[in-house]
Amino acid sequence: MKAIRFTGLILFLFSLGLFLSSFFMSTLTLTEETFNSIVKSEHQETLKPVLSETFGNQYSTSIPFVKEINRAVEEVNAQAKTNQEWDKVIYDDYAGSLARASAEGFVPENKLLFFILIYVVGAIGSLMFILPQVKLNGPPGIKNNHIFHHALNNKGWMGILTGALLIGFYILLYFFPAYITNWIIIVDPLQKLINPSATSSQWFLYGFLYTFAVLVMGVRMLIKYRHSKYQIFRTISVMFFQLAFAFLIPEILVRLNQPYFDFKNMWPLDYDFFDAWHINTLTSSGGVGIFMFAWGITLFVVGVPLFVYFFGKRWYCSWVCGCGGLAETAGDPFRQLSDKSLKAWQIERYLVHGVLVFAVIMTIGVLYTFITGSNTIMGLDTYTYLRKPYGFAIGSIFSGVVGTGFYPLMGNRVWCRFGCPLAAYLGLVQRFKSKFRITTNGGQCISCGNCSTYCEMGIDVRWYAQRGQNIIRSSCVGCGVCSSVCPRGVLNLENRDEDGRFNQPILLGNDSFTVSK
Amino acid sequence: MQRIVIIGNGIAGITAARHIRKHSDDEITVISGETDHFFSRTALMYIYMGHMKYENTKPYEDWFWKKNRINLKRAWVEFIDFEKKQLHLQNSDHIEYDKLLLATGSKSNMFGWPGQDLKGVQGLYSYQDLELMEENTQGINNAVIIGGGLIGVEMAEMLHSRGIPVTFLIREKHFWDNMLPQEEAILIDKHLSKHGIDLRQETELEEILDDGSGKVKGIKTKSGETIDCQFVGLTVGVHPNIDLVKESKIETDRGILVDEYLQTNIPDVYAAGDCVQMKEPMPHRRAIEAVWYAGRMMGETVALTLAGKKTKYQPGIWFNSAKFFDIEYQNYGIVLPQCPEDSSAFYWESQDAEKCIKIIYKKDSLEVQGVNIFGIRNRHEVWDKWLREKRTLDYIIANLPEANFDPEFFKHWEGEIQEKFNEEFPDKKVGVRRKGLLEKILG
Ligand SMILES: Cc1cc2nc3c(=O)[nH]c(=O)nc-3n(C[C@H](O)[C@H](O)[C@H](O)COP(=O)(O)OP(=O)(O)OC[C@H]3O[C@@H](n4cnc5c(N)ncnc54)[C@H](O)[C@@H]3O)c2cc1C
Ligand code: SF4
Ligand code: SF4
Repeated sequence: MKAIRFTGLILFLFSLGLFLSSFFMSTLTLTEETFNSIVKSEHQETLKPVLSETFGNQYSTSIPFVKEINRAVEEVNAQAKTNQEWDKVIYDDYAGSLARASAEGFVPENKLLFFILIYVVGAIGSLMFILPQVKLNGPPGIKNNHIFHHALNNKGWMGILTGALLIGFYILLYFFPAYITNWIIIVDPLQKLINPSATSSQWFLYGFLYTFAVLVMGVRMLIKYRHSKYQIFRTISVMFFQLAFAFLIPEILVRLNQPYFDFKNMWPLDYDFFDAWHINTLTSSGGVGIFMFAWGITLFVVGVPLFVYFFGKRWYCSWVCGCGGLAETAGDPFRQLSDKSLKAWQIERYLVHGVLVFAVIMTIGVLYTFITGSNTIMGLDTYTYLRKPYGFAIGSIFSGVVGTGFYPLMGNRVWCRFGCPLAAYLGLVQRFKSKFRITTNGGQCISCGNCSTYCEMGIDVRWYAQRGQNIIRSSCVGCGVCSSVCPRGVLNLENRDEDGRFNQPILLGNDSFTVSK
Repeated sequence: MQRIVIIGNGIAGITAARHIRKHSDDEITVISGETDHFFSRTALMYIYMGHMKYENTKPYEDWFWKKNRINLKRAWVEFIDFEKKQLHLQNSDHIEYDKLLLATGSKSNMFGWPGQDLKGVQGLYSYQDLELMEENTQGINNAVIIGGGLIGVEMAEMLHSRGIPVTFLIREKHFWDNMLPQEEAILIDKHLSKHGIDLRQETELEEILDDGSGKVKGIKTKSGETIDCQFVGLTVGVHPNIDLVKESKIETDRGILVDEYLQTNIPDVYAAGDCVQMKEPMPHRRAIEAVWYAGRMMGETVALTLAGKKTKYQPGIWFNSAKFFDIEYQNYGIVLPQCPEDSSAFYWESQDAEKCIKIIYKKDSLEVQGVNIFGIRNRHEVWDKWLREKRTLDYIIANLPEANFDPEFFKHWEGEIQEKFNEEFPDKKVGVRRKGLLEKILG
């Protein structure tokens, strides 16, 4: 058993190493034909002279190549600006597409091989590492042994390294995608399998890696919590929604010439839903597009209040959502790192509701522009001052770089807790109009602290449980882990009468006096 | 404003302090020698096993005390001068009080076995014991635990989590059968062996063997067998910690004797928690109850009295809980290891011997006295209500699903339990819980 795990670990590290080193494993040569086929004709005239000396040069990695292209574009733009020839300024990002078309050598010639060695071998290795836990960890039950002794789970060197890798990856993905051409090329065979006429993009790579992580780590989750049907069903649910709804269905839609659409994503998490280009794409795509548009609106107008009333926000956050899906699978080893202090809770309330307000204002601005056709409100450009900063600060930095990159340092729900505007909205409904609560079982709490420690949302569950109070918090995503880890059976996630949530007499087991919840 | 001083920052002392603050503006000082802050003693095992850090076991953040004007003092009290109402600390400071609460907890039992002072031999009660255990178990190959109580099984789980093989010696026929009826005790026996714990029933310790350098090298049983080990855990129960007052004018027996107001024989001196022995316990309660819940309830109650609202200590229906490796245990009401003459037991056990329920009822009236539940979570509120209302066995069995507290989608066992009841009581048949649609689909 141990040998299997060890082999699995070696295989996994091999694929990870290969993935990282594949970054360097192609050369790039820009030819005139490539240039002509990719660069728009109106730009060719100005760009060609400053780039032509590089035609035929072989670059050993994407780094000097991308630098060269960017330098040329900047030069052209500087010239155009000094001449005040605004129409000649190039806004297109040619570095990525040119790098993609100019890559040659080992990786591009062996895409499939790389795909197999990295992802198939990586999956096999991971599973070999994960599956033996069924036997090694003893009978089903909570086995959090040594979590706080481990360098990965307790912010040791492994955690810091993992965080650094993730942060680096997100920065490349969002801001410097041209450099990761090789990684994008490697997933092309899969892209072609799903949709033969498409070419993989940075977003396909991201979607694939995301799904890969949710599935592989989902298996780990299923094994770890195999004594709890609640956890099993919930994990299968997020695995399914990620694979089918977030990854496959949108790709298949595109193959069928329909708009790319994730049926489970919704505004305001899906912050470009009301962007003009998005509304236009949907409304110009016939019946299917109109349905998608109506579906997207119904989901947050009717779906949220209705389902949150009956089940709490968990129906979305820990059963359906992609961000939640990643947090609950790949993020599970880090849930104990969330900050439980009162201070953190105060910051959380300002931040998450602040983002919600920002999202609403941004959307109003964008919609205003869409409806009136005017780009400015009170002299301010809605795109420059609202949509773009939102996309950058919230969409990329907060949800990606910080939200996931900081898993190993701040726990697995950094984004969901401090940044997600949809979570804030769901939470408001949950707090004020819902049947959902975590019931505390009378006086049985021994204040051990397992529940608070393993609450990924940083809720100090014990604070309530040891007083016999129910836990009704807007941020609770209903993952049920507090209930799973409680050694005394104190906590239970329930949808019951709204009346019973607050102000009930508390059972303490003590007849000397009475208190209320 | 009076000065209230509390000795002991465990659940009893701290709950008292918190509740006094709710009801009065008095000056509150809590003195304790063990740790700076209140932590959950029940979570000691989880620190060793790496489920939590010490920080995580503190139920309140460190700012809490100052905000609530509860002064914390880390010190050992050596002597109390009741005449002058003065505490003498180990560092020879003096502290004066107007009212004093003793909440000094328990100490591990030691029965004077030869070799019990060797290095590597210890009990588990305090934070210092935990640190010692960390030190004593580094790089060892075998461990022996003497005495099968709750702390014993926790210690077994702790050692097991580090891959240290455990031999568990108990004097009784089955695990904890001085507290548990035989069927439940056997169920736990089986579960322990499933986890690879080498449980030796009816085996008593004769002596602990010295390796020549003052360290333990093994133990010898009464039957003459020797077992090699480098660690011996002595978990043969605890007793009230009355060291501080044993020689004083305070009346003590096994614990500090208190009346129904938790007051000692000395004016303005009260006691709460593990260290207490009730002079006249209520009929359904014991004189010494060394459990977390009793400490909390005594703290809640004595706080009222200390804050000037004289209140009797009236614990309600007894309840308790524990966890034996993976099996959770809950108890409501009274279930004695030996069923009383006038009572009988209804017992159901699942096929895999991981779940069971035992209900004790009066033979004549079927009135239920108490319940033990293993592997199924039940609602405290519902059982408390049933026991107060003196419900009968058939009523409770019929309504059992109401008490279920397992998480959603868990398998329901009430149907099986009801069927078993109907077999045993054909003239009192109850309706059997039917499976919901979702359950049928999900299996
Ligand atoms: C490992 C373990 C697991 C347990 N698990 C459970 C469980 O699951 N469920 C349950 O109900 N109970 C459990 N218990 C029992 C429970 O922890 C105790 O009943 C409870 O902690 C007692 O609280 P207390 O406030 O009375 O005393 P304590 O928590 O013992 O606090 C007394 C404090 O007073 C200090 N003190 C004593 N004398 C002096 C002095 N002279 N000067 C200064 N300070 C002094 C001590 O150092 C100690 O810090 C467990 C106990 C242990 C050891
Ligand atoms: S309170 Fe419990 S269910 Fe809610 S998020 Fe925290 S651990 Fe999950
Ligand atoms: S895990 Fe359970 S017993 Fe421990 S503090 Fe939380 S509710 Fe209480």
